[in-house]
Amino acid sequence: MSVVKKVSAESNTTAPWISASQITPWILAIVFLLILPLIFTSGSALTIMNQMAITIIFALAYNMLLGQGGMLSFGHAVYMGIGGFFCVHLMNMIEYDNLWLPLPFLPLFGGLFGLISAMFIGSFSTSRAGTVFAMISLGVGELIAASSIIVVAFFGGEEGIGGDRTMGPSTFGLDFASQIEVYYLTATWLVISALAMFLFSRTPIGRIANAVRDNEERAEFLGYSQRNVRFISFCASGFFAGIAGGLFAINYEILTEENLNLATSGSILLITFLGGVGFFVGPIIGAIVFTLLQTVLSLYTEIWQLYLGTLFVLTVMFFPFGLTGLIAIHLQPYKLGKISILFRPYLHMVVPAVVCVLSLSSLLEIAFHAKHAAIGEEQMSLFGIGFNSHSFLPWMIVIVLSIGSGWMIRRIAPGLNESWDEANYVEPRV
Amino acid sequence: MELFFVNILDGLVTGLLLFMLCSGLTLIFSMMGVLNFAHASFYMLGAYFAYKISTYTGFWPGLVIAPVLVGIAGALVERYGLRRVHQYGHVPELIFTFGLALLIEEVVQFFFGKNQMAYDEPHILDFTAFTIAGNAFPAYKVFMIFMAMAVFLVLLYILTRTRVGMIIQAALSYPNTVQNLGHNVPLVFMGVFGVGTALAGLAGVIAGPVLGTFPGMAAVLGSIVFVTIVIGGLGSLWGALVASLLIGWLQTFAASYNIVIGDVLMSIGFSKPVNIDDGAFRDLWTLTVSQIGPILPFLLMVLVLAIRPQGLFGKRET
Repeated sequence: MSVVKKVSAESNTTAPWISASQITPWILAIVFLLILPLIFTSGSALTIMNQMAITIIFALAYNMLLGQGGMLSFGHAVYMGIGGFFCVHLMNMIEYDNLWLPLPFLPLFGGLFGLISAMFIGSFSTSRAGTVFAMISLGVGELIAASSIIVVAFFGGEEGIGGDRTMGPSTFGLDFASQIEVYYLTATWLVISALAMFLFSRTPIGRIANAVRDNEERAEFLGYSQRNVRFISFCASGFFAGIAGGLFAINYEILTEENLNLATSGSILLITFLGGVGFFVGPIIGAIVFTLLQTVLSLYTEIWQLYLGTLFVLTVMFFPFGLTGLIAIHLQPYKLGKISILFRPYLHMVVPAVVCVLSLSSLLEIAFHAKHAAIGEEQMSLFGIGFNSHSFLPWMIVIVLSIGSGWMIRRIAPGLNESWDEANYVEPRV
Repeated sequence: MELFFVNILDGLVTGLLLFMLCSGLTLIFSMMGVLNFAHASFYMLGAYFAYKISTYTGFWPGLVIAPVLVGIAGALVERYGLRRVHQYGHVPELIFTFGLALLIEEVVQFFFGKNQMAYDEPHILDFTAFTIAGNAFPAYKVFMIFMAMAVFLVLLYILTRTRVGMIIQAALSYPNTVQNLGHNVPLVFMGVFGVGTALAGLAGVIAGPVLGTFPGMAAVLGSIVFVTIVIGGLGSLWGALVASLLIGWLQTFAASYNIVIGDVLMSIGFSKPVNIDDGAFRDLWTLTVSQIGPILPFLLMVLVLAIRPQGLFGKRET
């Protein structure tokens, strides 16, 4: 009874249309995006930031399906790719056929083409959720990726289609020849699309998409066609994926079969899931962390994909709510004012955990080097220490370290669990 | 006509091989409701294990040991991975097997590198069984056909004629009732997962020498396997058999006839445009059937799903 009263009371009071706590994160994000290129000025940093921004839009679009609509797609790269391919063709038409189209508006057309293809494919793929949807998305994705190699006129075959972004009419005196101009264009589109996607998730249709995800039968009984709801989410997601594709086209000026295939679709699933599917910010965090990990790890090691794969499988097994979920579960102790209980056990855990991860990865590195380095090349270096990967001592050191730290973790874990329960304990009301 | 017979036999080999993968996958699906994305990865593991064993002992022990090892690996994955993820729902399960597929590919590359392995057919089967109009048909392919047939018959016998098969069939439909009758249903699940992956491993052992043992072999076959069981109807063993053979023949026939699509279009009354080099549909006129062979299974799947969403032999829309 009291719950009902509370709800009706809330809806009666005229809440302000927008509150400061809602708008602050967006303003902070915009300021952050504006000053970011002033902090990291190098060309490679700009490249990484552009890549990150595009990945964020794509991951957010993907999460509209997976997180908000409960649809697992194995072929979402198709909509980004098709949007991108159309944008490259538009860029070429600007250059050769005197089409008047300022470059900043190009991603919008990418989005429209993504939307059209999503409407076309979604008309039959969204009739079912779950496994059947996943399989159709996989089949359609593979179909389009495979046809892209043989349809040379549109997809350019194996070498793809290239363009030149600087040929358009100049907008605000910009010709987008330099990376920094492209960065600000990408960042603008990032803010626009992220805001649009956030607002979409707050509209009635966005809420009903959640309802269909959680219990499609019940939503149907309430009078909502689950198929239509899924179709609308799917089209919206295709639209934003197309925008990401348009930005990709502007940024890299080339699209190939790689933008359509299963590997790209799979990696966006990985990114979104790592970040956390249940949260709006999840894909953003996932995209940032993944891009950084990918860039940094691939600089230092050849087997970075093994690490990412392991991280992904462990995340699915132990933290199905991803990185954001990991942060979010600390909100409860924080609200209870008991977060300080966790400091000491975390501090105890951090050293063995870091040692364990580093020694296990060292073990993998040494084993990989011993197995695959050129014959006769036995010297390798890890963390600045040079040694012989075929000799006994380094093997013994890393094995002892990993077993030792593993044993430490096992010893500390029960204490950590206890503190965790204590920190989450809500005092019963008297 | 002779070419037709050669293609029939080649398609049979491909189709039966596909069926060895699909049978396990479809059994696992009808039981747990989850598509094992990593199924083709177990097929790859089978080939690699068999290669490693064959370097020590020759081909034949690998034929027995490698599938057993793969089956054990599969059972462990079910016990310690899938069962844990099961509580979160079907979508995380699917994502888990997807991640596993990525991981297995990386692990295989870690141990064996990126190159193709020198895994060959046994010497004793390295001869020509018979020739059809000058086309030699190797004995190893005859062996593959018989292996796959034997697997199918044994599977059918176990599932329909033995007590274990009865329990499995019952556990597929009414796991709780079977549990209440005193059977260990989680053990049945683990066993079926193990046997299903072992079948995939066996397919890998006998396909490795023909199709090549390399880290991409799972990805090559992976999506085709899914397409096949979707076409056949999820959870239907007979559907898997029919769809496997259909796709086997479709691919073989498409690959061997070099018909230009433009000629077909002209024969049914379309006229060829004059300036063919810059038309939007120029690819349509120059493509050959063998070029579009790889996309035919996917087209077939989209077609089947549009007309009959439960697949050819499927009873339910899951």
